[in-house]
Amino acid sequence: MTPSTLPGAHSSSTLPARLTRRFLGTGSVLVLLAAWAVLTMVTDTISTSRFPSPLQFWQSTKQIVTVGYADGTLVGHALHSTRLVVLGFAVAAGIGVPLGLLMGWSRRAEALINPAFLVIRPVPPLAWIPLAILWLGLGDAAKIMVIFFAAFVPAVINTLSGIRAIEPPIIEAARMLGTGRWRFLSEVLLPAAAPMIFTGLRLALQAAWTTLVAAELVGALAGLGRVLNMAQQDIYPAMVMVGMAAVGVLGWATTRLLAEVERRAMPWLAH
Amino acid sequence: MANTSQRPLSKLEALILGVIGLAGFLGIWLAASMSGYVPRQFLPTPFEVLARATYLLTAPFAGATLPMHLARSLERYAYGVALAASIGVPLGLAMGLYRWLDDIVTPVFDGLRFIAPIAWVPFAALWFGTGIGGPIMIIFSGAFPPCLINAYRGARFVDQRYIEAAQMLGTNSLRTITEVLLPASLPSIIAGLRVGAGLGWQSLVGAELIVASAGVGYMIVQGQSNISTPTVMAGMLAIGLVGLLIDVALRQMEVLVRRARGLA
Repeated sequence: MTPSTLPGAHSSSTLPARLTRRFLGTGSVLVLLAAWAVLTMVTDTISTSRFPSPLQFWQSTKQIVTVGYADGTLVGHALHSTRLVVLGFAVAAGIGVPLGLLMGWSRRAEALINPAFLVIRPVPPLAWIPLAILWLGLGDAAKIMVIFFAAFVPAVINTLSGIRAIEPPIIEAARMLGTGRWRFLSEVLLPAAAPMIFTGLRLALQAAWTTLVAAELVGALAGLGRVLNMAQQDIYPAMVMVGMAAVGVLGWATTRLLAEVERRAMPWLAH
Repeated sequence: MANTSQRPLSKLEALILGVIGLAGFLGIWLAASMSGYVPRQFLPTPFEVLARATYLLTAPFAGATLPMHLARSLERYAYGVALAASIGVPLGLAMGLYRWLDDIVTPVFDGLRFIAPIAWVPFAALWFGTGIGGPIMIIFSGAFPPCLINAYRGARFVDQRYIEAAQMLGTNSLRTITEVLLPASLPSIIAGLRVGAGLGWQSLVGAELIVASAGVGYMIVQGQSNISTPTVMAGMLAIGLVGLLIDVALRQMEVLVRRARGLA
């Protein structure tokens, strides 16, 4: 079972069952693509001013890759967006995970920090966008601030609940053996909470992407969100689709990258 | 010595620390905006934000008062989430029952899943306009995946014997779904609705920032372009509070359902 299939998916163990599965899966995608081509290019049932044809999609892809669109080529925009996501995510994880560890380590710290956290937590990350623009303008700093708020909350919460979920006997055993502070943190708490921490990071990464796209749609000087925004203003559906596809591919790629990191960081878990 | 205290604090101690923490948070905020290092216009005090919020309860900004903006937002939100639940849940249950449907839908679903709901904004505006249709589509695309996934997962984990018993007794597919799968997977479905409702609320805010002409999201964007930081923060406060209320209500429902099932 690949990680991309739905949880609890029908397990098809026999070869014919697997083949049927693959056949139906590829079949449905192919049928959809064929229907797209026929409806937009042959029968004109779907107006191409509202939904692009495959040919237009291809031409727009070629245009943005070679000539460029919205002041940059596809690679340029994608690099710009990816860099911001990575920066914001790294800052959020770098502060959020230690903060979650601290709150999990000491009930006092948790009681002290939690109320302030509870005030910030219900505000959706996207609602920070106007404030970020007011404070930092349309440049990169505002984007990083918004991504930080999006990724920070899941990083803290999951680290905290990861530590809370450690079975008391494990902690008691480490204590009884007189484990030092540092070893206790690095060899008991972190490994035991690692699966939850990575779940939090995955959620944080997804939130980071969503928020960045929204922030760039509201106002940006470069990036995939700006491509979408320009294409919307130019009423250029094919370019909208190229932008969406790029967002999807990059979101998928970064998630896969994190899954790979996760696999290497926790070799004791069978995947 | 490792001092991770798994023992909870006493109620009094937790309360005192909590009050100190909150006071510290507000104190730092207040000090920062009073200090004069940051322009007051861009960082109003907590009191100014509260005052602005109460003012907006009765005075219109960007065409409507805060309650009227909230009403517009909630209307869109209700349509979007209801649509997501009424398509996602039955589809998820049916995918749990029929393997062929699962095989057909899953690849398409997986392909679309990585596109952030907010990236649908340009198409939503193009297809359904910026009134109510466009934002509803964005809310739908945010709330739909958890509804589908949880209904599917719930249906998959229903004990196969119940389904076989129903089929042996000649129950047709529709009744199998409504009278066997739906009740058996209700806890999972409610959990999915809660996640979906949260994501839907986020998507609503995003949609209103970009493509709406009324609603709280629109209000804060207008506050931003008028450089009225108190309005932006008052709007964020309202968005956070309503989101919290929605979550609390659905969490309560989840507890009730689980308790009725003897799960909690």
